[in-house]
Formats: sequence, structure tokens, C-alpha cells
Amino acid sequence: MIQLDHITWNVSGRTILEGVTVAIPANTYAVLMGSTGCGKTTLLEILCGLRQPTSGRVSLDGVDVTDLEPRERGIGYVPQDLALFPGLRVREQIGFAPKLRGMAPEELNQRVNRLSEQFGIAHLLDRLPDMLSGGEKQRVALARALAARPKLLLLDEPLSALDESMRAEAVSLLQRVQQEHSLTVLHVTHSSSEAAALGTLHLRMVAGRLEVESKG
Amino acid sequence: MRLNRSNLCWLVLALITVSYLVFWALLLVATATYSTPDSWLQVLRSPEIRHATFLSLVTCSLAAGFALLLAVPVGYLMTRLEFRGKSWLDAALDIPIILPPLVVGLCLLIFFQTKVGKVIELAIPFTYQVSGVVLAQFVVAAAFAIRTMRGTFQHLSARPEDVALTLGCTRFQALWHVALPAARRGMVAAFCIAWARSLGEFGPILVFAGATRMKTEVLPTTVWLELSVGNLEAAVAVSLFMVLLAVLVLVAVRATGEKV
Repeated sequence: MIQLDHITWNVSGRTILEGVTVAIPANTYAVLMGSTGCGKTTLLEILCGLRQPTSGRVSLDGVDVTDLEPRERGIGYVPQDLALFPGLRVREQIGFAPKLRGMAPEELNQRVNRLSEQFGIAHLLDRLPDMLSGGEKQRVALARALAARPKLLLLDEPLSALDESMRAEAVSLLQRVQQEHSLTVLHVTHSSSEAAALGTLHLRMVAGRLEVESKG
Repeated sequence: MRLNRSNLCWLVLALITVSYLVFWALLLVATATYSTPDSWLQVLRSPEIRHATFLSLVTCSLAAGFALLLAVPVGYLMTRLEFRGKSWLDAALDIPIILPPLVVGLCLLIFFQTKVGKVIELAIPFTYQVSGVVLAQFVVAAAFAIRTMRGTFQHLSARPEDVALTLGCTRFQALWHVALPAARRGMVAAFCIAWARSLGEFGPILVFAGATRMKTEVLPTTVWLELSVGNLEAAVAVSLFMVLLAVLVLVAVRATGEKV
């Protein structure tokens, strides 16, 4: 469960987020909408610890994580540009987090193979990011985030770079991933159709404040 | 092609560019034709010049290596962290670039006459030593290497490092596993630029390390020593050799995709 308690974010005397308070139950697929520049990405960055809020607290499963570093929060983050690591092959991207935690090579290979098969990218394991299409990159970024076994997945407009035909496929992939991994997902999007297809909890950011629109 | 005003403008700009390049070409051709290849080789084979060449290659490589070791963390800090007084620090890092070279040498010489400097010299003697040549080259080359690394990190998105932090990295691990592999071309360029800068360094070396034959003499010092005794042929031969090395460095930097 994600609990945001009166989160405020000020920058250069401007208030971007103002007293954002919301509770997102475990295993929920929440979608967050709002106009460009309204603070959606900032909110995700505060959640995963990349920014410290000016005030307010962040709790995950009842534990206050506001002062914890990003690596201690158990959150998977897929930014809008996907941010694949330049110079690392798909196999190394997916195995990045498990290897960092000292996983044995055999177990690491198993996890990479299992995830790559699940995401249909097993044939791409030896490719570099430059040799991948937009859809392939998106799958690699998701597999990389899930390889760390997060409880919570934050997605920042992950489908924005995909064309219409690939988007429908990606939507069903995200639904499947959320159910199979029992994840709590917070997905930022501008697309109403994407939000309608995926969201069980609909949030909207208006003038730095968060409103709950509906619960599925 | 009809000569309209726009074309005329491009023609004038192209003429200015070509004139500048032709001027440089004339300088190099005049220097190259001053003596013959046989006399160049004869000069370059002399023990003093061979020693100076060897010392230049070694000291430039050491200075460039140390400059890179400093430039990576400083460049990363200046790109990724916002803090009060950053613009002042940014300007301070450029001081060695704008200082007159002789002043840099004088500063080094004076510093090593202070109590702190003398204590350092008890461990590693610098003044009028080969290590002094490396230090004199390093202090200026490092500023250029820092500039290059700062530019490299500025062009690299910080997002992959952010993602690495969420995947379990500490900031050091994100730098090591994500930022540095992505910045390797920039690191090669920074090393080459620092190396080339060290090769041409003269003023600080002359003041701080001296110009002792077969001891602290590097290639720019050789040019100066040969000129001072009127041996223009030797000065020309060494200068052309330095031009060749500089061109090789330029090619290496361009191959990395970076700009000098």
C-alpha cells in the first residue's frame, strides 16, 4: 500500500505539489492523469526517493520511507524515456539488479531467461539498446525493473513512444504483468483510453493537488 | 548558380575561413621546407632530443592520466549536483586556463618554498625535478580535462543513473556501472586533450622544473634551448615532430566523436 501524506514540493519559490494526500491499496493499478508540467513526474520521483519532498511523508506498506534512499524502497521505476543503460546488452540490463545483489550466475541466468521469455524478448538478449525498436525497449525496461522483484511499480508514460497498434498489445502486457507479479502500479498517462483500459483507481493532478476521480 | 545576396554572404564567410586555413598551411609549409627530411632525422636521432622525446611522452601520459583521474569526479559533481556557489566554483575551475603560463609556474615555485610545500617535498621532491615537469603539466591539463568531462556528462542523461539508484545502486555504483561506461568516449577525449595540452606546456615547466639537458628537458624546452643557441634547424625538426604528435591526438579525439 502506498500512503502519501501531505506531500509538498516547492522549487524556486513556486509550489508544484501542494499537500498531496492519497492512499493506494496493495495490488491496485492506479492511473494518474493531469496536464503537462503539473507535477506528475515529480510525484513519482518523490515516491521512489529521487527527490526529497519539501514537506510530507511517504509510507509503503505502513513503513515510513521518506528518509530512505531509492535503493532501500523496493520500488521499480520506468521513466518516460525508458532510460536503458547505454553500452549494456539486454541480458545485462535485465540482470543488472540481481547481479548487484550478488545473485549466483546460474540463478541470475534463470531469472533473466524467465523474464525475457515472459516479455517476448528472449531473441534480443545480446542486443544493445541502440538496436531495439520502441516497443522492444519498453519491454526491456519493464523486465529490468521487475528483475529487482519490486512490490511497487511506477510507470511514467511508458507507452507514449508506441504507435496505436503496439499500444493495445502493451496495455494487455501491463495488465498481465501486474496480475502475475501481484504488483501495486502507479501509471502516469495522458491517454484517457489507456487509463480506462488499465486503471482500477483513477487519480488526477490539478494545480498541484491530487484528486481521486473514481475507483474501479 | 545565380549570385544572390544569400549566396554572396556564404561566399564571403567561406573566403574568410579558407584564408585562415591557408595562412596556417603557409606557416606549416614554410617551417617544413626550411630544412630537409634528412636533417630532421639527424636531429631527432641525437641523444638529447631522444631523451627529451622520451621524457615528453612519459610525463605527458602521466599528467594526462592524473588529469583524467581528477576530471571524472569533478566533472560528474559539477554536472549532477546543484549547490549554492556552484557558478563560483565553476569559474574557479577555469582559472588555470586563463592564467598566464609563467604565472602558473611561479605559483608552483613559490608554493613549494612555503612550509607546506617543503613538507611535501620531503616525501616527493618536485622543484627542478622530473616530477615537477609532470606537476606543471598536470595543473593546466587538468582544467582542460575537467571541461571535457563536464561537457561529456552534460550530454549524458541522468535518467539511467536515477533508474540504477532504484535498482539497488549507491551513487558510487551508479557512477561506476552506468555513468562511466556511457562516458568512455569522453574519457578518451579528455585524456587526449590533456595529453596534447601537456605536450605543448612550456612556461610553467621552464619556471618550476627548469630546462636542464638530459634531466628536465621536454620537447618545448628543446625548441627554446635550440633557438637560444641559434640552431634553427634543430628547433624546426622538433617543432615539426610536435606538430605530427598534435595532429595524431586531434585525429584520436575526433575518432571518439568529441570536439577539442
